[in-house]
Amino acid sequence: MVSGKSNVLLSVWKCVYSVVVKSEPFLFERDVSMASSNIIELKNVNYRYDRDFVLTNINLAIPQGAFLGIVGPNGSGKSTLLKIILGLLKPREGKVVLFDQAQAKFREWERIGYVSQKANAFNTGFPATVYEVVASGLTKKTGLFHMIGKKRRPQIEKAIKAVSMENFMDRNIGELSGGQQQRVFIARAIVSEPDILILDEPTVGVDSKNVQTFYDMLDHLNKKLGITLVLVTHDIGTITNKVTHVACLNNTLHFHGSTADFEQVKDQELSQFYGHDVQRLHHDHAHEGSL
Amino acid sequence: MIQAIFQYEFLQNAFLTGLIIGVIAPLLGAFIVVRRLSLIADALSHVTLSGIAASLFLSKSVVMFNGLNPLWMGMTFSVIGSLFIERLRTVYKHYQELAIPIILSGGIGIGVIFISLADGFNTDLFSYLFGSVSAVSRDDLWLILGIAIVVLSLVIILYKELFLLSFDEEFGKASGLPAKALHLIFMVMVALVIAASMRIVGILLVSSLMTLPVAAAMRIARGFKQTIFFSILFGELAVIAGLFSAFYLDLAPGGTIVVSSILLLLLAIALKKWQVMRK
Ligand SMILES: Nc1ncnc2c1ncn2[C@@H]1O[C@H](COP(=O)(O)OP(=O)(O)OP(=O)(O)O)[C@@H](O)[C@H]1O
Ligand SMILES: [Mg+2]
Repeated sequence: MVSGKSNVLLSVWKCVYSVVVKSEPFLFERDVSMASSNIIELKNVNYRYDRDFVLTNINLAIPQGAFLGIVGPNGSGKSTLLKIILGLLKPREGKVVLFDQAQAKFREWERIGYVSQKANAFNTGFPATVYEVVASGLTKKTGLFHMIGKKRRPQIEKAIKAVSMENFMDRNIGELSGGQQQRVFIARAIVSEPDILILDEPTVGVDSKNVQTFYDMLDHLNKKLGITLVLVTHDIGTITNKVTHVACLNNTLHFHGSTADFEQVKDQELSQFYGHDVQRLHHDHAHEGSL
Repeated sequence: MIQAIFQYEFLQNAFLTGLIIGVIAPLLGAFIVVRRLSLIADALSHVTLSGIAASLFLSKSVVMFNGLNPLWMGMTFSVIGSLFIERLRTVYKHYQELAIPIILSGGIGIGVIFISLADGFNTDLFSYLFGSVSAVSRDDLWLILGIAIVVLSLVIILYKELFLLSFDEEFGKASGLPAKALHLIFMVMVALVIAASMRIVGILLVSSLMTLPVAAAMRIARGFKQTIFFSILFGELAVIAGLFSAFYLDLAPGGTIVVSSILLLLLAIALKKWQVMRK
């Protein structure tokens, strides 16, 4: 057990090291055999766009109910990884399993909610109201030949309230601030009541007060409603405080384990690389301890 | 004109056709504008022109084509052009608008060849270029009505899918929509509506009936459904005003409809300004 822990510690250290300093990749050996409780599984996934491989040898298993944080520097393949899970990109090699089904056979896409990284930069002049945008999240669930009718209204309003945008329901999306738009996109992702929510840097452009509310909301979705979360973020502080699992990505997966392990890393060691973020980590940590 | 409409069949044809395209052109136009594809209508109308020119030429020189409504061939060309545009848009992923000048110049090029083969302009061709109050036949009317029914039902059935795909294609794909098939259906609809509208507004001005009413609607509408509603309202107003003035002043309806649309657009902009000032 002790040796196991120090093993983890070593791997986290190497993960942080390789991610931040971009040195030799270090592969953390882990057990992927806990099959059926996993919502998403990637097996030996490789991907390249036109030239070099962006993702190599990705093995990832996301258990039901987990809150997985994915960290890594710019260009490390985080968004690419999410797009592969979502079926927007097809892996060159390897297998993706969603809800125990091979991805090619999977049809229940309404079970997966998605907020993309560029959501808040997207087509902002579009003449659609907040209500219409959020309602569009029900397109797949409603099914072909059916309209998103009045019957769905309570469900749509609930999602809008969940992100505190109820006072803007009939505003055009282009008349909102970037952070407000982002909240609308989150409402669109959760309106179909998905089993898993995939978020690619969702808090970019959201002010710190709302970031806090936002993470509280994620916490609520995860703990109270049991929605599995996958969150890409550069905010190390949040990662260690809220998530249950951490993955460090730098073209290959460097660490994928529970946060309890991740937290074993000494602040001192981390601070060398993460600077002020660690202050926050340390602070929150002490705060949590006093609760 | 009201009296004349009951008297002359050609006026009935023109008026009914006008009312029909006043609905379907701005309806599809709303989707086209928000997808930033306004120029596609232009490209496709020029492809339609080459189809019309080809048909006029063939009817002169090949017996088999004699008496064939040029609208059919225009429509065929337009649909083929729309398939080409979809293809080119996937080839030039990051320069999707490049498909438009390629198709547009191709359409004019082929059109010009057929026009010169057919010995230059004639009055028939002129009416296809700028529209006509007198050239719409019963045949045309039935064909256009058929197109309208198909397009209207498709838009109603696929409304939420088309909306999502226009607003956020990536999210649409991530929710499992068959994006390719939907794009294709949409482009074919655009091609059909262009062929249908051409009789009244003319090839050169078709795109204006798809974009100007939408531009006006976007100034004052809240949400996408409202945008569609106002687009159709402005479209109808422009067509009615345009046809009346074309009839009384003996002008090409294409010109009068476009001028009416622009007046409505200015009105909408002024209205918005006034609303903002008043607050
Ligand atoms: N459409 C594309 N075509 C070609 N290469 C791409 C494309 N998108 C991304 N890449 C490359 O793939 C690599 C991974 O990109 P990705 O967007 O997944 O990074 P990321 O980890 O999400 O970065 P960031 O933190 O900046 O969001 C980068 O090196 C990038 O240059
Ligand atoms: Mg990214």
